[in-house]
Amino acid sequence: MAQTKTRRPPRIGEAPVFRITLIAIVLVFVALVIVAPLAVIGVEAFSKGIAYFGKTIANSDTRHAIMMTALTALIAVPINTAFGVAAAWAITKFDFPGRRLLLIVIEIPFSVSPIVAGVAYMFVYGLQGLFGEALQSADVKILFALPGIVLASMFVTAPFVARELIPLMQAQGRDLEEAATSLGASGWRTFFSVTLPNIKWALLYGIILCNSRVMGEFGAVSVVSGNIRGQTNTLPLHIELLYHDYNAVGAFAAASILAALAVVTLIAKVALERRGAGRVRRPTLAGPSPTSPETKQ
Amino acid sequence: MKIRLDSVVKTFDTFRAVHGVSLEIESGELVALLGPSGSGKTTILRMVAGLEFPDGGAIYFGDENATDIEVRHRGVGFVFQHYALFPHMTVGENIAFGMKVSKTKRSTVAISDRVTDLLRLVQLEGLQDRFPAQISGGQRQRVALARALAVDPKVLLLDEPFGALDANVRRDLRRWLRKIHEELGITTLFVTHDQAEALDLADRVVILDKGKIVQTGTPEEVCRAPASAFVMNFLGDANRLKVTVSGEKAHVQDVAFDAPGIADGPAELFFRPADVTWREDGQGIQATIARVIDRPDSKRVLALTVDGQAIEFDTAPEFPFRADTRGFVDIRRPRVYPA
Repeated sequence: MAQTKTRRPPRIGEAPVFRITLIAIVLVFVALVIVAPLAVIGVEAFSKGIAYFGKTIANSDTRHAIMMTALTALIAVPINTAFGVAAAWAITKFDFPGRRLLLIVIEIPFSVSPIVAGVAYMFVYGLQGLFGEALQSADVKILFALPGIVLASMFVTAPFVARELIPLMQAQGRDLEEAATSLGASGWRTFFSVTLPNIKWALLYGIILCNSRVMGEFGAVSVVSGNIRGQTNTLPLHIELLYHDYNAVGAFAAASILAALAVVTLIAKVALERRGAGRVRRPTLAGPSPTSPETKQ
Repeated sequence: MKIRLDSVVKTFDTFRAVHGVSLEIESGELVALLGPSGSGKTTILRMVAGLEFPDGGAIYFGDENATDIEVRHRGVGFVFQHYALFPHMTVGENIAFGMKVSKTKRSTVAISDRVTDLLRLVQLEGLQDRFPAQISGGQRQRVALARALAVDPKVLLLDEPFGALDANVRRDLRRWLRKIHEELGITTLFVTHDQAEALDLADRVVILDKGKIVQTGTPEEVCRAPASAFVMNFLGDANRLKVTVSGEKAHVQDVAFDAPGIADGPAELFFRPADVTWREDGQGIQATIARVIDRPDSKRVLALTVDGQAIEFDTAPEFPFRADTRGFVDIRRPRVYPA
């Protein structure tokens, strides 16, 4: 007996033509816009051989730029992390006037072009700026030096950690801290034994995003650093210089370092999201889970 | 430990949460703070705990003025409405937390022995290595209690302890908590908006409305002699009829009820749906049945008096009458309150 194959009508949006077209569009877009440029960097960086790549990287200006970038990150990331935790804590655990305003102000660096930050720092610390003369007479160099670069980077990345923590800490509420305190724990003890373990993955996630942005920041830093080769150049600025010198291979080689950093960041990010997703053993959210059979409102 | 609140006041921004509440809780007593939401009951509990501080008045633990003592030094065990178990710690670690952070140093062995004892007390033996997310709501609630008891609190405070549980678990836990209280004899104060819970569990019930105590008494006292129309209504289903009082008698149609101590003029008469007999003729308030609702153990009858006031009452399942039947409502145990 011949089997009659009954065709069930597809669910909405499941028509094969639609599916294939949509997937194809996305794949082509990702390939052209994201993968291809990264692949070009990799290929071009090694186009004159590994030896040349090594030579470019070993160039004293490039090495200095790498050091400069690393140093900036080493200063800016911890400070912004501490600030982010403090801000998230203050906003989510306390009530104070201006709380909502602070929430908005923290986000400004997200919406403002980094170059605006750079120019603003010029006005504040530059020779014609607010503190310019005072700083010069005190012989403190902020602009065209490491402090300026660090400040500009910090401005741009100030929201990263706080932004990751605030929604999580808001969802957790104050109950856990209150419980710990009522059991006799001190403020520090409560923070390290109760608050921190429940935000650690989000915190690490924020730190990683913050770090990758600090290392990659171009706009704000390019204004305040003065672009002095071998002195105040960070890696992104150095890449631009190399490119303007028609040293394409050098630029690509330096860029490949930043790209590699991005890949490491991405891997760390995915790994952290896995930890966050694997909440069966160590769940992050406080309160009764809605799936529990006995928890009905 | 005896607790005494002396005209405690608390204001949030512009909202007056607690207006001069004075209350004494005897050592070893189990007291319920009962009231609708916004009545200030949780605020009072949190002030006793030291999680909020009163704007006026004082709180005494025994003879000591505890008003300004911080929560971590106050020696109270607090069970949060949603338990607030530390999600990254096992059940055992949760219970041990208070002992670990305590100034009184205990050995690891002593702590683990105490955790085992407490788990036995709350009937959760063998669950110490589970995480809070892996146990049921009722079990979490018991872990929260064990964690609060671990620090040997002078006072046990529970905020809506059964609020997030379903009806069966709720009833079992209620009886069980009463048993634990009798075993340990710790002064216990709990907050609830569920009158059945308060009456079932407490030695004494404190009824609150809009930040003020409206009645305090044993379950028997508050049930048999509600001090006001609010208490009458809040404790259970109640019918309300508009009446006119003259000469300490409340009149509805041509029926008169005793109204001792009520001034002449309009007043309100309350009675429970169970305190009604339906009569086909004879004395009582004239009414017409509007609807009959079937329930597993009774019938609920909705009726309208001749002057259009609604009455609800419960009858035996055999009640033969249907809608549009006329008859008389005979009321027992009426209570009259000034309007």
